[in-house]
Amino acid sequence: MRQQRSYPTEAIILKHLNLGEADRVITLFTPRRGKYNVIAKGTRRPVSRKAGHLELLSYSQIQLALGRNFDIVTQAVEREHFAHLRTELWHMTCGIYLAELIDRFIEDTTAHPDVYNLLLESLRFLDLNAAELKRQRREGTVSVGQDHNRTQLLLRYFEIYLLSAVGYEPVLRTCAHCDAEIQPVENGFTPSLGGALCPNCSHLWTRPISMNALKVLRLLQRTAWAHVPYFNLDAHLHSELEAVMYSLLRFHLERDLKAWSFLEMLH
Amino acid sequence: MSDIAPPVAALIEEFAKLPGVGLKTAQRLTFFILRSPTDQARRLAEAIMRVKESIVYCSRCFNITETDPCPICSNANRERDVICVVEEPLDVLALEKTGVYKGLYHVLHGALSPMNGIGRKDLRIDELLTRLQDDAIHEIILATNPGFEGDYTASFIKNEIKGSVRNANLRVTSLARGLPIGGDLEYADEGTLSRALEGRRDL
Repeated sequence: MRQQRSYPTEAIILKHLNLGEADRVITLFTPRRGKYNVIAKGTRRPVSRKAGHLELLSYSQIQLALGRNFDIVTQAVEREHFAHLRTELWHMTCGIYLAELIDRFIEDTTAHPDVYNLLLESLRFLDLNAAELKRQRREGTVSVGQDHNRTQLLLRYFEIYLLSAVGYEPVLRTCAHCDAEIQPVENGFTPSLGGALCPNCSHLWTRPISMNALKVLRLLQRTAWAHVPYFNLDAHLHSELEAVMYSLLRFHLERDLKAWSFLEMLH
Repeated sequence: MSDIAPPVAALIEEFAKLPGVGLKTAQRLTFFILRSPTDQARRLAEAIMRVKESIVYCSRCFNITETDPCPICSNANRERDVICVVEEPLDVLALEKTGVYKGLYHVLHGALSPMNGIGRKDLRIDELLTRLQDDAIHEIILATNPGFEGDYTASFIKNEIKGSVRNANLRVTSLARGLPIGGDLEYADEGTLSRALEGRRDL
Protein backbone atom coordinates (compact mmCIF):
# COMPACT_ATOMS: atom_id res chain seq x y z
CA MET A 1 0.00 0.00 0.00
CA ARG A 2 1.26 3.49 -0.84
CA GLN A 3 2.37 5.56 2.14
CA GLN A 4 0.17 8.57 2.90
CA ARG A 5 1.87 11.81 1.88
CA SER A 6 0.28 13.83 4.67
CA TYR A 7 -0.93 13.15 8.19
CA PRO A 8 -2.75 14.98 10.99
CA THR A 9 -1.52 15.48 14.55
CA GLU A 10 -2.34 17.56 17.56
CA ALA A 11 0.63 19.46 18.98
CA ILE A 12 1.83 22.07 21.41
CA ILE A 13 4.25 24.61 19.90
CA LEU A 14 7.44 24.63 21.96
CA LYS A 15 9.79 26.84 19.98
CA HIS A 16 10.26 28.59 16.66
CA LEU A 17 13.16 29.84 14.65
CA ASN A 18 12.96 32.20 11.66
CA LEU A 19 14.02 30.69 8.37
CA GLY A 20 14.68 32.60 5.15
CA GLU A 21 12.37 35.43 4.12
CA ALA A 22 9.06 34.45 5.70
CA ASP A 23 9.30 30.82 6.92
CA ARG A 24 9.77 29.31 10.35
CA VAL A 25 11.18 26.08 11.76
CA ILE A 26 8.73 25.09 14.47
CA THR A 27 9.39 22.62 17.27
CA LEU A 28 6.23 20.58 17.91
CA PHE A 29 5.51 18.42 20.93
CA THR A 30 3.02 15.73 19.95
CA PRO A 31 1.50 12.83 21.90
CA ARG A 32 2.52 10.09 19.45
CA ARG A 33 5.86 11.22 18.02
CA GLY A 34 7.17 13.39 20.84
CA LYS A 35 9.24 16.43 19.98
CA TYR A 36 10.35 17.22 16.42
CA ASN A 37 10.95 20.09 14.02
CA VAL A 38 8.74 20.97 11.06
CA ILE A 39 8.70 23.83 8.57
CA ALA A 40 5.85 26.33 8.38
CA LYS A 41 6.15 28.26 5.13
CA GLY A 42 5.14 31.90 4.88
CA THR A 43 4.07 32.18 8.53
CA ARG A 44 5.85 35.49 9.07
CA ARG A 45 3.67 37.23 6.46
CA PRO A 46 0.78 39.27 7.92
CA VAL A 47 -1.78 37.51 5.70
CA SER A 48 -0.58 34.00 6.61
CA ARG A 49 -3.54 31.73 7.38
CA LYS A 50 -1.44 29.54 9.64
CA ALA A 51 0.61 32.05 11.66
CA GLY A 52 -1.94 32.75 14.39
CA HIS A 53 -2.49 29.03 14.91
CA LEU A 54 1.20 28.27 15.30
CA GLU A 55 2.13 30.75 18.02
CA LEU A 56 4.38 29.67 20.89
CA LEU A 57 2.51 27.57 23.48
CA SER A 58 -0.54 27.16 21.24
CA TYR A 59 -2.36 23.83 21.36
CA SER A 60 -3.24 23.18 17.72
CA GLN A 61 -4.49 20.59 15.27
CA ILE A 62 -1.97 20.44 12.45
CA GLN A 63 -1.85 18.75 9.05
CA LEU A 64 1.67 17.91 7.89
CA ALA A 65 3.03 16.83 4.51
CA LEU A 66 5.99 14.47 4.53
CA GLY A 67 9.16 16.30 3.52
CA ARG A 68 12.65 15.11 2.69
CA ASN A 69 14.28 16.54 5.83
CA PHE A 70 11.47 18.30 7.67
CA ASP A 71 7.74 17.70 7.39
CA ILE A 72 5.83 20.76 6.17
CA VAL A 73 2.79 22.33 7.83
CA THR A 74 -0.05 22.51 5.32
CA GLN A 75 -2.93 23.40 7.66
CA ALA A 76 -3.24 24.48 11.28
CA VAL A 77 -6.22 25.20 13.51
CA GLU A 78 -5.75 26.34 17.07
CA ARG A 79 -7.64 24.23 19.61
CA GLU A 80 -6.85 26.29 22.70
CA HIS A 81 -5.33 29.75 22.70
CA PHE A 82 -4.63 30.30 26.45
CA ALA A 83 -5.52 33.97 26.06
CA HIS A 84 -5.15 34.88 29.76
CA LEU A 85 -1.74 33.26 30.02
CA ARG A 86 -0.59 35.48 27.15
CA THR A 87 -1.40 38.71 28.96
CA GLU A 88 0.43 38.01 32.24
CA LEU A 89 4.20 38.31 32.15
CA TRP A 90 4.80 35.80 34.96
CA HIS A 91 2.51 33.19 33.46
CA MET A 92 4.03 33.63 29.99
CA THR A 93 7.48 33.08 31.50
CA CYS A 94 6.27 29.96 33.35
CA GLY A 95 4.83 28.57 30.10
CA ILE A 96 8.08 29.21 28.21
CA TYR A 97 10.06 27.65 31.07
CA LEU A 98 8.01 24.44 30.82
CA ALA A 99 8.54 24.41 27.04
CA GLU A 100 12.30 24.88 27.53
CA LEU A 101 12.42 22.04 30.07
CA ILE A 102 10.80 19.71 27.54
CA ASP A 103 13.01 20.93 24.73
CA ARG A 104 16.12 20.20 26.81
CA PHE A 105 15.13 16.91 28.47
CA ILE A 106 13.06 15.05 25.88
CA GLU A 107 14.88 13.30 23.04
CA ASP A 108 13.66 14.04 19.50
CA THR A 109 10.91 11.75 18.13
CA THR A 110 10.47 9.89 21.42
CA ALA A 111 6.85 9.65 22.52
CA HIS A 112 6.07 10.80 26.09
CA PRO A 113 2.24 10.96 26.13
CA ASP A 114 2.17 11.39 29.92
CA VAL A 115 4.53 14.40 29.77
CA TYR A 116 2.50 15.78 26.84
CA ASN A 117 -0.70 15.55 28.88
CA LEU A 118 0.98 17.16 31.87
CA LEU A 119 2.21 20.06 29.72
CA LEU A 120 -1.29 20.57 28.34
CA GLU A 121 -2.82 20.44 31.83
CA SER A 122 -0.14 22.82 33.12
CA LEU A 123 -0.85 25.37 30.36
CA ARG A 124 -4.57 25.13 31.13
CA PHE A 125 -3.83 25.68 34.81
CA LEU A 126 -1.58 28.69 34.07
CA ASP A 127 -4.33 30.16 31.89
CA LEU A 128 -6.96 29.72 34.61
CA ASN A 129 -4.60 31.04 37.27
CA ALA A 130 -3.84 34.13 35.15
CA ALA A 131 -7.57 34.75 34.67
CA GLU A 132 -8.15 34.39 38.42
CA LEU A 133 -5.27 36.75 39.21
CA LYS A 134 -6.70 39.35 36.84
CA ARG A 135 -10.11 39.03 38.49
CA GLN A 136 -8.58 39.42 41.97
CA ARG A 137 -6.61 42.44 40.79
CA ARG A 138 -9.80 44.03 39.43
CA GLU A 139 -11.54 43.44 42.75
CA GLY A 140 -8.48 44.45 44.77
CA THR A 141 -8.41 41.13 46.67
CA VAL A 142 -5.00 39.81 45.58
CA SER A 143 -2.74 39.19 48.58
CA VAL A 144 0.84 40.42 48.16
CA GLY A 145 3.38 37.60 47.98
CA GLN A 146 0.81 34.87 47.40
CA ASP A 147 -0.01 35.69 43.76
CA HIS A 148 2.68 33.32 42.43
CA ASN A 149 2.42 30.68 45.16
CA ARG A 150 0.49 28.02 43.25
CA THR A 151 2.30 28.57 39.94
CA GLN A 152 5.71 28.19 41.62
CA LEU A 153 4.52 24.92 43.09
CA LEU A 154 3.38 23.83 39.61
CA LEU A 155 6.88 24.47 38.24
CA ARG A 156 8.41 22.27 40.97
CA TYR A 157 5.78 19.58 40.28
CA PHE A 158 6.54 19.68 36.57
CA GLU A 159 10.30 19.46 37.17
CA ILE A 160 9.98 16.39 39.42
CA TYR A 161 7.52 14.69 37.05
CA LEU A 162 9.69 15.36 34.00
CA LEU A 163 12.86 14.12 35.72
CA SER A 164 11.05 10.93 36.72
CA ALA A 165 9.70 10.45 33.19
CA VAL A 166 13.18 10.61 31.66
CA GLY A 167 14.75 8.37 34.30
CA TYR A 168 16.23 10.88 36.76
CA GLU A 169 13.68 10.55 39.58
CA PRO A 170 15.18 12.21 42.69
CA VAL A 171 15.67 10.00 45.78
CA LEU A 172 13.82 11.70 48.64
CA ARG A 173 12.80 9.01 51.15
CA THR A 174 16.06 7.18 51.76
CA CYS A 175 19.65 8.39 51.74
CA ALA A 176 20.92 8.44 48.14
CA HIS A 177 24.31 7.18 49.39
CA CYS A 178 23.80 4.68 52.29
CA ASP A 179 20.10 3.88 51.72
CA ALA A 180 19.19 4.64 55.37
CA GLU A 181 15.70 6.05 55.91
CA ILE A 182 15.66 9.86 56.00
CA GLN A 183 14.84 11.08 59.53
CA PRO A 184 12.99 14.32 60.36
CA VAL A 185 16.16 16.35 61.04
CA GLU A 186 18.19 18.61 58.79
CA ASN A 187 19.44 16.48 55.92
CA GLY A 188 21.59 17.16 52.88
CA PHE A 189 21.10 17.21 49.14
CA THR A 190 23.64 16.28 46.47
CA PRO A 191 22.57 16.49 42.81
CA SER A 192 25.40 14.24 41.60
CA LEU A 193 24.17 11.44 43.91
CA GLY A 194 20.57 11.98 42.80
CA GLY A 195 18.83 13.23 45.93
CA ALA A 196 18.73 13.58 49.72
CA LEU A 197 21.53 12.43 52.05
CA CYS A 198 21.31 11.55 55.77
CA PRO A 199 23.41 13.29 58.49
CA ASN A 200 25.79 10.28 58.59
CA CYS A 201 26.78 11.02 54.98
CA SER A 202 27.20 14.75 55.63
CA HIS A 203 30.73 14.67 54.18
CA LEU A 204 29.02 14.19 50.78
CA TRP A 205 26.42 17.00 51.14
CA THR A 206 26.44 19.73 48.49
CA ARG A 207 23.83 21.74 50.41
CA PRO A 208 21.53 21.23 53.40
CA ILE A 209 17.81 20.65 52.86
CA SER A 210 15.12 21.34 55.46
CA MET A 211 12.56 18.71 56.42
CA ASN A 212 9.76 20.98 55.19
CA ALA A 213 11.33 21.22 51.74
CA LEU A 214 11.75 17.44 51.62
CA LYS A 215 8.12 16.94 52.66
CA VAL A 216 6.87 19.23 49.89
CA LEU A 217 9.03 17.53 47.26
CA ARG A 218 7.87 14.06 48.40
CA LEU A 219 4.26 15.18 48.25
CA LEU A 220 4.75 16.52 44.72
CA GLN A 221 6.50 13.30 43.72
CA ARG A 222 3.69 11.01 44.86
CA THR A 223 0.53 13.06 44.22
CA ALA A 224 -1.32 13.88 41.01
CA TRP A 225 -1.33 17.67 40.42
CA ALA A 226 -5.12 17.88 40.76
CA HIS A 227 -4.81 16.47 44.31
CA VAL A 228 -1.91 18.62 45.51
CA PRO A 229 -3.46 20.62 48.37
CA TYR A 230 -3.68 24.42 48.27
CA PHE A 231 -1.13 25.44 50.87
CA ASN A 232 0.68 28.74 51.14
CA LEU A 233 4.41 28.27 51.41
CA ASP A 234 6.56 31.14 52.65
CA ALA A 235 9.03 32.81 50.30
CA HIS A 236 12.01 31.21 52.06
CA LEU A 237 10.69 27.68 51.48
CA HIS A 238 9.89 28.50 47.85
CA SER A 239 13.47 29.74 47.37
CA GLU A 240 14.87 26.58 48.96
CA LEU A 241 12.73 24.30 46.76
CA GLU A 242 13.73 26.28 43.70
CA ALA A 243 17.45 26.15 44.56
CA VAL A 244 17.33 22.38 45.19
CA MET A 245 15.51 21.64 41.94
CA TYR A 246 17.68 24.01 39.87
CA SER A 247 20.81 22.31 41.21
CA LEU A 248 19.43 18.93 40.17
CA LEU A 249 18.39 20.15 36.70
CA ARG A 250 21.73 21.90 36.21
CA PHE A 251 23.58 18.69 37.10
CA HIS A 252 21.65 16.61 34.56
CA LEU A 253 21.75 19.22 31.78
CA GLU A 254 25.28 20.46 32.53
CA ARG A 255 24.03 23.98 31.78
CA ASP A 256 21.68 26.68 33.03
CA LEU A 257 18.23 27.03 31.52
CA LYS A 258 17.69 30.33 29.71
CA ALA A 259 14.30 31.04 31.27
CA TRP A 260 15.72 30.90 34.85
CA SER A 261 17.05 34.46 34.74
CA PHE A 262 13.59 35.67 33.60
CA LEU A 263 11.80 33.79 36.40
CA GLU A 264 14.24 35.20 38.97
CA MET A 265 13.82 38.71 37.57
CA LEU A 266 10.01 38.50 37.98
CA HIS A 267 9.98 37.07 41.54
CA MET B 1 38.01 24.84 -3.64
CA SER B 2 41.73 24.38 -4.27
CA ASP B 3 41.22 24.43 -8.07
CA ILE B 4 39.65 27.89 -8.07
CA ALA B 5 41.73 31.06 -8.16
CA PRO B 6 42.30 32.27 -4.56
CA PRO B 7 40.46 35.64 -4.98
CA VAL B 8 37.38 33.81 -6.27
CA ALA B 9 37.54 31.27 -3.46
CA ALA B 10 37.90 34.10 -0.92
CA LEU B 11 34.80 35.87 -2.27
CA ILE B 12 32.78 32.63 -2.22
CA GLU B 13 33.85 32.11 1.38
CA GLU B 14 32.77 35.65 2.35
CA PHE B 15 29.37 35.36 0.62
CA ALA B 16 28.77 32.01 2.33
CA LYS B 17 29.01 33.78 5.71
CA LEU B 18 25.88 35.85 4.93
CA PRO B 19 22.62 34.69 6.56
CA GLY B 20 20.61 32.32 4.38
CA VAL B 21 23.40 31.97 1.82
CA GLY B 22 24.75 28.47 1.29
CA LEU B 23 27.85 27.44 -0.63
CA LYS B 24 26.04 27.01 -3.97
CA THR B 25 24.37 30.43 -3.74
CA ALA B 26 27.72 31.95 -2.73
CA GLN B 27 29.29 30.44 -5.88
CA ARG B 28 26.47 31.81 -8.06
CA LEU B 29 26.80 35.30 -6.54
CA THR B 30 30.58 35.24 -7.00
CA PHE B 31 30.33 34.28 -10.65
CA PHE B 32 27.65 36.93 -11.19
CA ILE B 33 30.09 39.54 -9.81
CA LEU B 34 32.87 38.09 -11.95
CA ARG B 35 30.81 38.46 -15.12
CA SER B 36 29.32 41.86 -14.30
CA PRO B 37 30.96 45.18 -15.38
CA THR B 38 33.76 46.47 -13.15
CA ASP B 39 31.74 49.62 -12.33
CA GLN B 40 28.88 47.60 -10.90
CA ALA B 41 31.22 45.55 -8.72
CA ARG B 42 32.91 48.72 -7.50
CA ARG B 43 29.56 50.32 -6.62
CA LEU B 44 28.65 47.24 -4.56
CA ALA B 45 32.00 47.28 -2.75
CA GLU B 46 31.68 51.01 -2.05
CA ALA B 47 28.09 50.66 -0.81
CA ILE B 48 29.19 47.95 1.63
CA MET B 49 32.04 50.09 2.94
CA ARG B 50 29.85 53.22 3.17
CA VAL B 51 27.33 51.32 5.30
CA LYS B 52 30.06 50.17 7.66
CA GLU B 53 31.88 53.50 7.87
CA SER B 54 29.14 56.12 7.89
CA ILE B 55 26.16 54.48 9.64
CA VAL B 56 25.84 54.99 13.40
CA TYR B 57 23.07 54.52 15.94
CA CYS B 58 21.12 57.65 16.89
CA SER B 59 21.99 58.39 20.52
CA ARG B 60 18.31 59.19 21.29
CA CYS B 61 16.17 56.65 19.45
CA PHE B 62 18.84 54.07 18.44
CA ASN B 63 17.65 54.00 14.85
CA ILE B 64 20.38 53.63 12.22
CA THR B 65 21.42 56.99 10.80
CA GLU B 66 24.21 58.91 9.06
CA THR B 67 23.89 61.84 11.45
CA ASP B 68 23.47 61.84 15.22
CA PRO B 69 20.74 62.69 16.23
CA CYS B 70 18.88 61.11 13.32
CA PRO B 71 16.71 63.19 10.92
CA ILE B 72 13.51 62.11 12.75
CA CYS B 73 14.79 63.06 16.23
CA SER B 74 16.14 66.41 14.99
CA ASN B 75 13.04 67.31 12.95
CA ALA B 76 11.31 70.19 14.79
CA ASN B 77 7.98 69.43 13.06
CA ARG B 78 7.60 65.98 14.66
CA GLU B 79 5.34 65.58 17.68
CA ARG B 80 7.80 65.36 20.56
CA ASP B 81 5.39 64.08 23.21
CA VAL B 82 4.78 60.66 21.61
CA ILE B 83 7.28 57.79 21.33
CA CYS B 84 6.60 54.71 19.26
CA VAL B 85 8.62 51.69 20.43
CA VAL B 86 9.58 49.21 17.70
CA GLU B 87 11.77 46.12 17.56
CA GLU B 88 13.92 46.83 14.49
CA PRO B 89 14.98 49.80 12.30
CA LEU B 90 12.99 48.26 9.43
CA ASP B 91 9.83 48.71 11.51
CA VAL B 92 10.50 52.49 11.54
CA LEU B 93 10.68 52.36 7.75
CA ALA B 94 7.34 50.50 7.56
CA LEU B 95 5.60 52.98 9.90
CA GLU B 96 7.10 55.99 8.12
CA LYS B 97 5.74 54.68 4.81
CA THR B 98 2.20 55.00 6.17
CA GLY B 99 2.71 58.76 6.62
CA VAL B 100 0.19 58.68 9.50
CA TYR B 101 2.53 58.74 12.48
CA LYS B 102 4.24 62.06 13.21
CA GLY B 103 5.88 61.36 16.58
CA LEU B 104 9.31 60.04 17.64
CA TYR B 105 10.60 56.46 17.76
CA HIS B 106 12.63 54.19 20.00
CA VAL B 107 14.27 51.11 18.45
CA LEU B 108 14.84 48.21 20.86
CA HIS B 109 16.94 46.13 18.44
CA GLY B 110 15.10 42.89 19.11
CA ALA B 111 12.50 41.42 21.43
CA LEU B 112 12.83 39.71 24.80
CA SER B 113 12.99 35.96 24.40
CA PRO B 114 13.17 33.74 27.50
CA MET B 115 13.62 30.71 25.24
CA ASN B 116 16.64 32.18 23.45
CA GLY B 117 18.07 33.96 26.50
CA ILE B 118 17.62 37.48 25.06
CA GLY B 119 17.18 39.63 28.15
CA ARG B 120 16.73 43.32 28.96
CA LYS B 121 20.49 44.00 28.82
CA ASP B 122 20.54 42.87 25.18
CA LEU B 123 17.93 45.48 24.22
CA ARG B 124 17.63 49.28 24.56
CA ILE B 125 15.02 49.06 27.32
CA ASP B 126 16.95 50.97 30.02
CA GLU B 127 17.60 53.82 27.56
CA LEU B 128 13.85 53.94 26.83
CA LEU B 129 13.01 54.16 30.54
CA THR B 130 15.47 57.04 30.91
CA ARG B 131 13.80 58.86 27.99
CA LEU B 132 10.39 58.40 29.61
CA GLN B 133 11.41 60.23 32.80
CA ASP B 134 10.95 63.40 30.73
CA ASP B 135 7.58 64.91 31.70
CA ALA B 136 7.10 66.23 28.16
CA ILE B 137 6.35 62.68 26.94
CA HIS B 138 2.61 62.03 27.10
CA GLU B 139 2.23 58.78 25.23
CA ILE B 140 4.27 55.69 24.48
CA ILE B 141 3.01 53.36 21.74
CA LEU B 142 4.29 49.81 22.12
CA ALA B 143 4.49 48.66 18.49
CA THR B 144 6.28 45.35 19.01
CA ASN B 145 5.54 42.48 16.61
CA PRO B 146 2.18 40.76 17.19
CA GLY B 147 3.44 37.42 18.46
CA PHE B 148 4.44 35.78 21.72
CA GLU B 149 7.84 37.48 22.00
CA GLY B 150 6.50 40.88 20.92
CA ASP B 151 3.65 40.64 23.46
CA TYR B 152 6.12 39.50 26.11
CA THR B 153 8.36 42.51 25.44
CA ALA B 154 5.39 44.91 25.51
CA SER B 155 4.14 43.45 28.82
CA PHE B 156 7.63 43.69 30.30
CA ILE B 157 8.05 47.33 29.28
CA LYS B 158 4.58 48.16 30.62
CA ASN B 159 5.50 46.62 34.00
CA GLU B 160 8.83 48.45 34.10
CA ILE B 161 7.13 51.76 33.32
CA LYS B 162 4.65 51.14 36.12
CA GLY B 163 7.49 50.35 38.54
CA SER B 164 10.11 52.95 37.71
CA VAL B 165 8.80 55.85 35.62
CA ARG B 166 7.60 58.84 37.65
CA ASN B 167 5.92 60.59 34.72
CA ALA B 168 2.29 60.87 35.93
CA ASN B 169 0.94 62.05 32.55
CA LEU B 170 2.27 59.08 30.61
CA ARG B 171 -0.24 57.02 28.63
CA VAL B 172 0.88 53.54 27.54
CA THR B 173 -0.84 52.24 24.40
CA SER B 174 -0.26 49.45 21.91
CA LEU B 175 -1.09 49.05 18.23
CA ALA B 176 -4.55 47.65 17.52
CA ARG B 177 -4.68 43.93 16.76
CA GLY B 178 -7.05 42.48 14.23
CA LEU B 179 -7.59 41.11 10.77
CA PRO B 180 -5.12 41.93 8.00
CA ILE B 181 -6.34 43.43 4.72
CA GLY B 182 -6.68 40.54 2.25
CA GLY B 183 -7.12 37.99 5.02
CA ASP B 184 -10.03 35.58 5.45
CA LEU B 185 -12.23 35.66 8.53
CA GLU B 186 -12.65 31.88 8.50
CA TYR B 187 -8.89 31.35 8.78
CA ALA B 188 -8.38 33.84 11.62
CA ASP B 189 -7.20 32.41 14.92
CA GLU B 190 -9.05 32.80 18.19
CA GLY B 191 -6.65 35.42 19.59
CA THR B 192 -6.79 37.69 16.53
CA LEU B 193 -10.57 37.40 16.21
CA SER B 194 -11.25 38.16 19.87
CA ARG B 195 -8.95 41.19 19.74
CA ALA B 196 -10.56 42.33 16.50
CA LEU B 197 -13.97 42.09 18.17
CA GLU B 198 -12.76 43.96 21.26
CA GLY B 199 -11.38 46.73 19.05
CA ARG B 200 -14.45 47.09 16.81
CA ARG B 201 -15.48 50.60 15.88
CA ASP B 202 -18.53 52.50 14.60
CA LEU B 203 -18.85 52.84 10.85
